[in-house]
Amino acid sequence: MNQQEALFRFALRMGDNSVVLGHRTSEWCGHGPVLEEDIALANIALDLIGQARNYLTYAGEVEAKFRASAPLRTEDDLAYLRGEREYLNVHLVELPKGDYAHTIVRSFLFDAFHLPLQQALTTSKDDRLKGIAEKAVKEVAYHLRHSSEWLVRFGDGTQESHQRAQNALEDLWRYTGELFAADEAEELLAKAGIAPKLADVKQEWSATVDRVLKEATLKRPADGWMASGGKKGIHTEHLGPMLAEMQTLQRSYPGVEW
Amino acid sequence: MPESQQAAQFQAKVDAEQKIEPRDWMPAEYRQNLVRQISQHAHSEIVGMLPEGNWIGRAPSLRRKAILLAKVQDEAGHGLYLYSAAETLGVGRDEMVSQLLSGKAKYSSIFNYPTLTWADIGAIGWLVDGAAIMNQVMLCRTSYGPYARAMVRICKEESFHQRQGYDILVTLSKGTPEQKAMAQDALNRWWWPSLMMFGPSDKDSPHSAQSMKWKIKRQSNDELRQTFIDRTVPQAEFIGLQVPDPKLKWNETIQHYDWGEIDWEEFNQVIRGNGPCNAERMAARRKAHADGAWVREAALAHAGKKAKRSAA
Repeated sequence: MNQQEALFRFALRMGDNSVVLGHRTSEWCGHGPVLEEDIALANIALDLIGQARNYLTYAGEVEAKFRASAPLRTEDDLAYLRGEREYLNVHLVELPKGDYAHTIVRSFLFDAFHLPLQQALTTSKDDRLKGIAEKAVKEVAYHLRHSSEWLVRFGDGTQESHQRAQNALEDLWRYTGELFAADEAEELLAKAGIAPKLADVKQEWSATVDRVLKEATLKRPADGWMASGGKKGIHTEHLGPMLAEMQTLQRSYPGVEW
Repeated sequence: MPESQQAAQFQAKVDAEQKIEPRDWMPAEYRQNLVRQISQHAHSEIVGMLPEGNWIGRAPSLRRKAILLAKVQDEAGHGLYLYSAAETLGVGRDEMVSQLLSGKAKYSSIFNYPTLTWADIGAIGWLVDGAAIMNQVMLCRTSYGPYARAMVRICKEESFHQRQGYDILVTLSKGTPEQKAMAQDALNRWWWPSLMMFGPSDKDSPHSAQSMKWKIKRQSNDELRQTFIDRTVPQAEFIGLQVPDPKLKWNETIQHYDWGEIDWEEFNQVIRGNGPCNAERMAARRKAHADGAWVREAALAHAGKKAKRSAA
């Protein structure tokens, strides 16, 4: 794998994580537990979709450089015309939204990873990744604040909310390992100073998780078996139906403007 | 001061185009009328998120998805401003929400129609938001201060909504025959319900005369409806769509369109709960409220504990 191809896969994965989590988050729009949360989640979904557009556009441009024979793929070609085996997001983001505790815990576990990752990318040797991160880092800091505050409310709220949050943590913990399991592309880019070492990101993630769970009086689950495969395009059964919904118009009416 | 004198002063203030503010004396009926209207308006924003929300997951490009999400988010924001405006009249948001969920409070009947294709998202922006703007622009000058100020903010965002809706239909109308047919079909289904949004004809409108006197409303239902038709028909023609009204014809003498007859039986049926989606809309709102109960309780419990800890 050369550096361009690694960069393509990395940008694609960043875009896929954001578009899939953005889609899942947007599923709450109109159905949130309180009006203010409809607004907050729509805001977060919008940020994620905006980030996805930046990453996927960049991925398409990088691809066109190393795969000269292929036509340039736009953000929409990449989002709407790839099947689930070609999506490279982690499992964590594709799981169904579940109850509000699952939504918040999933966001928290991802945000706590996403923030140090974006912070590190603001010093990337790749100017485009640096530029995207400079904007994204402010958004993601807000996402983490939002999910952390709700996690504390749940943990320190009622018995029911505490239990729901703890259950969600137990359910979702197995999906956190994949966040930090670097693949060939991520290792290559880390060596080149383009993306951070995931082991470094994990240290910060772990510290954030400990700090917030302590405040929330929730227990950190033990590391056990960890799910993986998303980064290679081997997904859970949940991604296919989500993409089928998302891609329906583009698939039914190929090649038209919307 | 005797009430008759207060009432006279109140009306004089309204007639002088001064805003009525929350602490001012106001007739009980004025207050009731406003609470009814503002809360109904707030509920309409909230229920109105559902038909459009139906297409967020299926929006055909990331740009369209982002725009639609932003629009639905705006509607939630409008709901918030309006609930806050109604709260200044002494009624709490919880109470208003429970009136919606029990079916006691109404919301705009337009949201009881289904969004069946992507073109419906265009039609809602163009026609439904377009009709709403007519009302809302008028309400920017309504006599009750907090309501008028909420409306000024809302109107700015609504005009963006209308443009995005029209833009969807412009794109479809330049597209394939299937896309054009999709746009025409959406206009066929949304045209008449949009005209119904202005409410009953003036001669049958129970609240209108008093609302005009109090300057809550400033133009009649029929006037607003006519203005909407006059503005919208050329927009339809511009993108090659045909308004589904065989009687529609420009009248040179009066400088307005002549047009057909609204099916008031359909209007009344939908208001009575017999629209295509009344049951689904209410079920969705009730489910969101019920599923969210533990979340709201947790937030309250945590806030209580936190306050106690910082007091200790």
